[in-house]
Amino acid sequence: MKRRDFLKSVSGLAAGAALPAMPSVISTAYADARSETLLIVSEGGPNNLDIHGVGTNVPGYEVSWNCYDRLISHEMKSGPGGVPYYDRDKFKGELAEEFRIDDMSVTFKLRKNAKFHDGAPVTAKDVKWSLDRAVSVGGFPTFQMSAGSLTKPEQFVVIDDYTVRVDFLKKDKLTVPDLAVIVPCIVNSELVKKNASEKDPWGLEFTKQQTAGSGAYKVTKWTAGTEVIMERNDDWVCGPLPKIKRVIWRMVPQAGNRRALLERGDADISYELPNKDFQEMKANGKLNVVSLPFSNGIQYIGMNVTKPPFDNPKVRQAVAYALPYQKIIDAVMFGLANPMFGAAKDKPTEVAWPQPHKYNTDMDKAKALLAEAGYANGFETTISFDLNFAGVNEPLCVLVQESLAQIGIKTTINKVPGANWRTELNKKEMPLFTNVFSGWLDYPEYFFYWCYHGNNSVFNTMSYKSAEMDKLIDGARTAAAIGDKATYDADVKGFVDLAFTDIPRIPLYQPFVNVAMQKNISGYQYWFHRRLDYRALAKG
Amino acid sequence: MLTMIGKRLMFAIPSLIGVVIVTFLLTRALPGDPAAYFAGPAATKEAVEQIRKKLGLDRPLIEQFFRYTNDLAHGDFGNSLTTGQPVAAEIRNRLPASAELTLLGLIVSVVIAIPLGVLAATRPGSWVDHLCRVTTTAGVSLPVFFTGLVLVYVFYFRLGWSPAPLGRLDVFYSAPPTVTGFYLIDTLIARDFEAFRSALSQLILPATTLAIFSLAPIARMTRASMLAVLASEFVRTARASGLSPATVIVTYAFRNAMLPVITTLSMVFSFLLGANVLVEKVFAWPGIGSYAVEALISSDFAPVQGFVLTMAVMYVLLNLVIDILYGVIDPRVRLEG
Repeated sequence: MKRRDFLKSVSGLAAGAALPAMPSVISTAYADARSETLLIVSEGGPNNLDIHGVGTNVPGYEVSWNCYDRLISHEMKSGPGGVPYYDRDKFKGELAEEFRIDDMSVTFKLRKNAKFHDGAPVTAKDVKWSLDRAVSVGGFPTFQMSAGSLTKPEQFVVIDDYTVRVDFLKKDKLTVPDLAVIVPCIVNSELVKKNASEKDPWGLEFTKQQTAGSGAYKVTKWTAGTEVIMERNDDWVCGPLPKIKRVIWRMVPQAGNRRALLERGDADISYELPNKDFQEMKANGKLNVVSLPFSNGIQYIGMNVTKPPFDNPKVRQAVAYALPYQKIIDAVMFGLANPMFGAAKDKPTEVAWPQPHKYNTDMDKAKALLAEAGYANGFETTISFDLNFAGVNEPLCVLVQESLAQIGIKTTINKVPGANWRTELNKKEMPLFTNVFSGWLDYPEYFFYWCYHGNNSVFNTMSYKSAEMDKLIDGARTAAAIGDKATYDADVKGFVDLAFTDIPRIPLYQPFVNVAMQKNISGYQYWFHRRLDYRALAKG
Repeated sequence: MLTMIGKRLMFAIPSLIGVVIVTFLLTRALPGDPAAYFAGPAATKEAVEQIRKKLGLDRPLIEQFFRYTNDLAHGDFGNSLTTGQPVAAEIRNRLPASAELTLLGLIVSVVIAIPLGVLAATRPGSWVDHLCRVTTTAGVSLPVFFTGLVLVYVFYFRLGWSPAPLGRLDVFYSAPPTVTGFYLIDTLIARDFEAFRSALSQLILPATTLAIFSLAPIARMTRASMLAVLASEFVRTARASGLSPATVIVTYAFRNAMLPVITTLSMVFSFLLGANVLVEKVFAWPGIGSYAVEALISSDFAPVQGFVLTMAVMYVLLNLVIDILYGVIDPRVRLEG
């Protein structure tokens, strides 16, 4: 009784105090600002506005994508559910008016009317300086450039003020696509050089705090960890003028609040919500929820093949038969994922990735295989996951633990803090773990090169080494470069089959990118980087 | 008085040095490799090493420590890697946000808790006493983030009375020019009353959350200490002398009961700064607590060290203020070093 009285009195107090704020919501200036402004809420924000910076995080990529231009970009096509989806195979000029791909080089003619945010024209020397910067600064940008065999400043040649040639080091099908990712963005070289120092020749400190590009938006205010405000660049010439004048991007750490903001109509777009929320929002239909599969991405269970018991393929196959695939899709992902298991027995392997494997939950088979491998009584091991993605990983690992217990494999769950996860992956000592990998460049051989090749990159988390696998992957890369389709197809099918029989990692599902937005927001496009492209969005 | 303050500050120096050393070692002992973290998702071993070199983490620990203390001596707290900003600037910007929220929460709490405690003590066993007990128990047993979420759910999501939990100001207002860093004061100085209203309405829910949480210790301490004082002989004498109950309670009993309450207040204040972390997360408040936690999660050394150091300095100052207050309230308390 008395507690209720108290609650009433407190609610009365809060209500009385909150009411005076109401009228301001209705003022007209406010309403105008609202209709031309896009309010995005997300969990994390950028730590650096320049993708070339040291340790720029993924939200930082979104700023770079919208505030800088690249020489070329992708065309759009209609994707799953009619959502515009970037076309992996079709390129269009962005800063380049036209471009010509020759045998061992590609030549770009720049738009003559393109200007940086400070009014300086975009010229060939800016392009060269920016690409030199990308291959020289080290860390992630340099690494990403090298994935397309772009490693040396000598590859970028200025022909005249508005013409640039990029020479190929070797034939590589990924060179041109790699020029359309976020990293090779064109930076205002004069402005940045003015603000560079001897210690920091590429001006990374300067571009960390402000955007120095020619893109459709420019950052006008950035409070790290709180908000980013971007205004439209009205002089942008590399595409149709965007409809949204101002983008306010606020960091709201609480997922529940992000959902409340959306449902109350205060925020326009949000992502990074729990799958359950997306599924419920989809069901109640008040908002538009777009769910699209990660291109070239898979969540998997990995096993360290260098150490017993997982060095035995029979054990790995037993695990593959023991995983609760469907339960994971239903109870962890709430249906927001493409199954990557249980393909029909007679289904031929496709020249595509990702594609489902033929394992299914079959405890008897799993037990038999385990007995064959000499572990009839099972064994003990640990399963590790990254706490940064605990929302998915934790229930997933609990389900796996439960299932493996049925065939006698006792697992302890090891939760690895986000900051430590990469270190742990690099050590390659975890026996059993779950992780997700997705490649920007959507080619099977790209995925396999990182995840299965014997050069043992950080993503080959299983330390899997097989001469046959390497031969097939290298074969597919060479075949792709010279356009030998028959060999390419055979090699891709070959490495997919081998990955499924040897099964060092067990694909579970292809996760979805989920974005929830108000009904009056249109123009969402799916990009390989999975972040928002504000240029296409419209409100009302 | 001044010599006393000087002396107290002198004594704080060894503890601050200790704090510097301990935080430095503790952050280094954290699991996780910042170089691997910041090298990005697709880093090779060489890339990680490049980053490590850039961050100066390849140097021996002792050298890192001397560089760090040298920078500290020059007022440089280093750079945060997660937010990319200098730590000193970030703390300067974020501390007022936390302080404004905590102080307001504390004021609300004191305004409710002290009268409640006094009334409960003067009428033990009455309905006020029970109300006091129930609210304090309820307040302290509800975790802050839960209270916060419930308040957001009811007052923002269901009723729509409160503005969106989006930090210190509505998205479409711009922050007032910084004078004190407290938006309530700065908006008034700038004579921007709409922004003042916005800042105030943004503050109500988080401040209430903190207040509900901190009601309990203050109210209970007030009640207990009032009960003890009311039972003492000088109060009996005062009553016997025919003084009015109001004079007895306010002038004689309350003033004497204040000392333990003040001590509790200082503890609650430091407590609230900690509880802030959760409230800041719930209300997207750009405060110092959420900053430190995020830094900790990503093994970002500089902000963690900066945060602990700032907090240590604040505790020293807070304790000093409390000691001075003691002397003001009770002249019998001798101010000694």
